[in-house]
Amino acid sequence: MFKKKHVLSMREFSREEIDSVLDLASFLEPYARGRRSDMLAGKILALLFFEPSTRTRMSFETAMKRLGGAVINLGPAEGSSISKGESLADTVRVIGGYADALVIRHPKEGSARLASQFSPVPVLNAGDGAGHHPTQTLLDLYTIKKEQGHIDNLSVALVGDLKYGRTVHSLAYALSLYGADITLVSPPSLRMPEAIRSDLFSKGTSVRETDDLSVIVNNVDVLYMTRIQRERFPDPQEYNKVARCYRLTPESLVEARKNLIIMHPLPRVDEISPAVDGTPHARYFQQSFYGVTVRMALLKMLIGGGA
Amino acid sequence: MADRRSSVEQKDGPRELRVKPIKNGTVIDHIAGGQALNVLKILGISGTTDATVSVVMNVESRKLGKKDIVKVEDRELLEDEVNKIALIAPAASINIIRDYKVVEKHTVDLPDEIVGVVRCQNPNCISNTSEPIKSRMLVKAKNPVLLRCIFCEQPLTDRIAEYLI
Repeated sequence: MFKKKHVLSMREFSREEIDSVLDLASFLEPYARGRRSDMLAGKILALLFFEPSTRTRMSFETAMKRLGGAVINLGPAEGSSISKGESLADTVRVIGGYADALVIRHPKEGSARLASQFSPVPVLNAGDGAGHHPTQTLLDLYTIKKEQGHIDNLSVALVGDLKYGRTVHSLAYALSLYGADITLVSPPSLRMPEAIRSDLFSKGTSVRETDDLSVIVNNVDVLYMTRIQRERFPDPQEYNKVARCYRLTPESLVEARKNLIIMHPLPRVDEISPAVDGTPHARYFQQSFYGVTVRMALLKMLIGGGA
Repeated sequence: MADRRSSVEQKDGPRELRVKPIKNGTVIDHIAGGQALNVLKILGISGTTDATVSVVMNVESRKLGKKDIVKVEDRELLEDEVNKIALIAPAASINIIRDYKVVEKHTVDLPDEIVGVVRCQNPNCISNTSEPIKSRMLVKAKNPVLLRCIFCEQPLTDRIAEYLI
């Protein structure tokens, strides 16, 4: 059962709660594709994006509108009360009075949890610095379930920036609830932080680490590619050392398992060749669409009278 | 019971120096060797204090190998001060002395959550900004101490003394 007031971190989700979100998302998928609904008619969702976002912001907006609700936007920080030095705490108290739920993306880690302590309405974390992005993880899990038929006991490789990439931290944790066999593929300088690896080990999750993608490609059910994020590197030279270390092409997939699916939170840069888009393995655009479905489920659960 | 067990003798040439029992105040015993100065920092006792303070460092201890002892005269430690000490000296014992007698003796015990005592080591954590909040740390393990910031979830294990507020 799903009884949360806020959606802040995957650490707070049990497997049963995740399953309930995915089940409702499956029910709502036809509405995400355009079937009319007024499940959230009269409700208002406020989008507070203090950092740039395209797909997360637009998919939340689409999800709300597909369910018959309305959306208000903070808009650019310049010219708003933020530029006058208003605290985040005051901002969410004020906007929480205008809307039925808040979606927040903010450059500081822990900002969504702070917002939840001051907001009178539910808060959904849409990314807090290098911290959490739980709605991305839920849509990743939904993609795996839809495209593989199940999540249990799959062999999954997380590839690329495992140090700064917040999506892979949350996803690795969530996959551990489903008995996944996880392979971490990254250059040594971008390995997954020790705290997260030891957390996975303590849960009995099978975790391997390597910097060689070529062999791993042929032995997994899910390849989760990530972008090496230039903006997370203080030193451009360090970025250049690792920027193009992994690149999937159709040739690199010749001996892959038939059921292999390739996912990516997008935007991609060089890590997946456009030629891969036409292979039966590519799922990243479906994954992006499922973001609407899963966010509809979360909004319905939080402000639409539950599942 | 007089506070004699924590008395320490020191030889300095032909003269003998002794850290004497105190009449009133607090004796903090079983501080891990070398941590006494951090305990003073936690207590807000700097070089300019007027308080009478005795510090003994790195004396032999059956329990700890080496231990430090701090005696603060005319001051009985408050509970939140005791909690702070537990962060860096989890085996410490606190003795409240009145008229040379130990009237209270207890070990330190970390609560499940520490509020407003230790700042998060993550410089990008929202708790390290001017937002109207106090730092909040969940205590995940007590010995050795493992804290986790309630906001950004970053763990804190080493060099906790450096992050005391």
